[in-house]
Amino acid sequence: MAHPEIAPITMPKWGLSMQEGKVVEWLAAVGTTLQPGDQVLDIETEKIANTFEALEHGLLRRQVAKAEDVLPVGALLGVMAPASVSEAEIDAYVAEFLANYVPPAPEEGDVGPNYLWVEVGAGRLRYTKVGDNGPAVILIHGFGGDLGNWLFTQEPVAATAQVYALDLPGHGQSTKALADGALAALASVITDFMTAVGIERAHLVGHSLGGALALQIALAAPSRALSLSLLAPAAIGDEINGGYLRGFISGESRRDMKPILQQLVADPELITRQLIDDILKFKRTDGVPEALRTIAAGFVNGDQQQVNLRAKLGELTMPVQVIWGKQDQIIPVHQANGLATNVQVHVLEGVGHLVHMEAATQVNALLKAFL
Amino acid sequence: MARKISFQTAINEALDQEMARDPTVILMGEDVVGGTGADGEMDAWGGVLGVTKGLYGKYGNRIMDTPISESAFVGAAIGAATCGMRPVCELMFIDFLGVCFDQIYNQAAKFRYMFGGKARTPVVIRTMIGAGFRAAAQHSQCLYPIFTHIPGLKVVIPSNPYDAKGLLIQAIRDDDPVIFCEHKALYSMEGEVPEESYTIPFGEARVVREGKDVTIVALARMVNQAKKAAEALAKDGISCEIIDPRSTSPFDEDTILESVENTGRLVIVDEASPRCGMATDISAMVAQKGFKFLNAPIQMVTPPHTPVPFSGVLEDLYIPNAGKIEAAVRKCVEYA
Repeated sequence: MAHPEIAPITMPKWGLSMQEGKVVEWLAAVGTTLQPGDQVLDIETEKIANTFEALEHGLLRRQVAKAEDVLPVGALLGVMAPASVSEAEIDAYVAEFLANYVPPAPEEGDVGPNYLWVEVGAGRLRYTKVGDNGPAVILIHGFGGDLGNWLFTQEPVAATAQVYALDLPGHGQSTKALADGALAALASVITDFMTAVGIERAHLVGHSLGGALALQIALAAPSRALSLSLLAPAAIGDEINGGYLRGFISGESRRDMKPILQQLVADPELITRQLIDDILKFKRTDGVPEALRTIAAGFVNGDQQQVNLRAKLGELTMPVQVIWGKQDQIIPVHQANGLATNVQVHVLEGVGHLVHMEAATQVNALLKAFL
Repeated sequence: MARKISFQTAINEALDQEMARDPTVILMGEDVVGGTGADGEMDAWGGVLGVTKGLYGKYGNRIMDTPISESAFVGAAIGAATCGMRPVCELMFIDFLGVCFDQIYNQAAKFRYMFGGKARTPVVIRTMIGAGFRAAAQHSQCLYPIFTHIPGLKVVIPSNPYDAKGLLIQAIRDDDPVIFCEHKALYSMEGEVPEESYTIPFGEARVVREGKDVTIVALARMVNQAKKAAEALAKDGISCEIIDPRSTSPFDEDTILESVENTGRLVIVDEASPRCGMATDISAMVAQKGFKFLNAPIQMVTPPHTPVPFSGVLEDLYIPNAGKIEAAVRKCVEYA
């Protein structure tokens, strides 16, 4: 496109299955100077609602998309340009963008997400891979989650890495059979996964239970972890919101699940009906309730974590960072205080337990900086 | 890549997985094996439309072709259910319920109640519903309101492949008699369905589409018609919320009432006859419990009160469609 100083804001692709998104409302007015991470507009997909944050510094000059517009991935939402660029130049830029923009072909859409499968000792695991060059990164979701939890993470980080996201046993579409729910057993499934797909060493990124598993791998097999990024991790403190886990396991309806899942985030609007429905569908799969109970029993008793590896963080030789949301209602953020000096700690304001979803831009920047 | 299969395959897969899981699950009905001993494709055809094809080869005499005697085999299935089996019996067309109704409504539906909760009757009666096939007045009805009327029966009406599999597995595992209604026009519909077994509880409506101006409640084939209407109306800025109750007994009143509280307007689409049907039933429920939410009279989109016509032209006029739903929604929205 012609003008070097004009930058488009386009419909993001949140997750492998996203084809289009709906503009809910603009949060930044025309004339606002945006910094990376500033809230620009709210977007809703069939899976999730979230705030689109500025990726770079710039002056918002034009809101092209209007509230309620449903637009495909890559469509023009707005325009950023310095004040020196004239309105006529922006008009010309918008016209040229619209003239050249081709929405993704429908047959591409029909293919859907490209899931991959691998057989390990524990059974069949589902995973996805994005990115062809650079070091391997493995994204490990938390209790009750699945690889889809990384929808704001996987593609951005894949700009400079080969990013894998897998479903843990008992989760997503991976095997629901689970002989042993202990952290060490689950961690060895991940190292088996790495071996099976040919990854010798990887940057490990884990959220919550997944953070505990990443840490467990780094302690048991330090040669396989290039770095550790632990997002609101389990297993580095004693306290945990056991009521959340019990409620997640026992909840049977949308009405039961909504207040439980809202504890995951600082902004309860993030928990859409579709997100709740997807979790209910998962919980109603044969073998899932048993698997969830087995895994929960492996790391939590009441409101206490059963495994605390905090004292061992200082032994780690690879780079380690901990990222926590200040409003975390599942694992208290004070556990990020007083960690060993080799651990970099980032506490993010206005964010709950799902730190990688609520503050995607900031978390992605921290993850990329760590590669 | 997410797997897509047809509604018909989803039903077959649910039966297959439950038969593999539980040896007490048996199938019986007219032509469910589809005869044996013929060559190739003709061997064990698997029901008039091939829904149970392939199961005879796997489960042998756990699948029984029965004589054309609904009163006998429906009664036999109910009897087997009381004796520890989990039979899935197929009443080919719901229109034939007349010849086996005593077994269903005065026997199966009553056992748990009359034996003080000590008796279980875990039978599923799968049956085809719906018009649109030029199959005339005796093979085209949507008689689910008749079963819904009977306490002691559960009545399930899936509208898509995902729900068909999960609801059928739930039906087979349920300890009460379940009438499972399959719309003929949906068998070829494709949708994403997980390979694993899963359940969907009865009495939980699905919100098919969220919207803020009008609530449309629709069942079975009418859900797709409602979606088409909603898409057309969206172009004019009318936002429709579509609710698929999925089961009429038990029935999820709350999801409908919550939706009407937000929209203030209700359109009910029912392919069953207009008198004493789901449209009138839901309408009465909302008028009673949600009167204060309503900003316009409730609209019902149903066929006329006549038998299903054999003439193709008349049959097409008889069945509710997206155009009629759209008109009803507009009437609702335009009400001063």
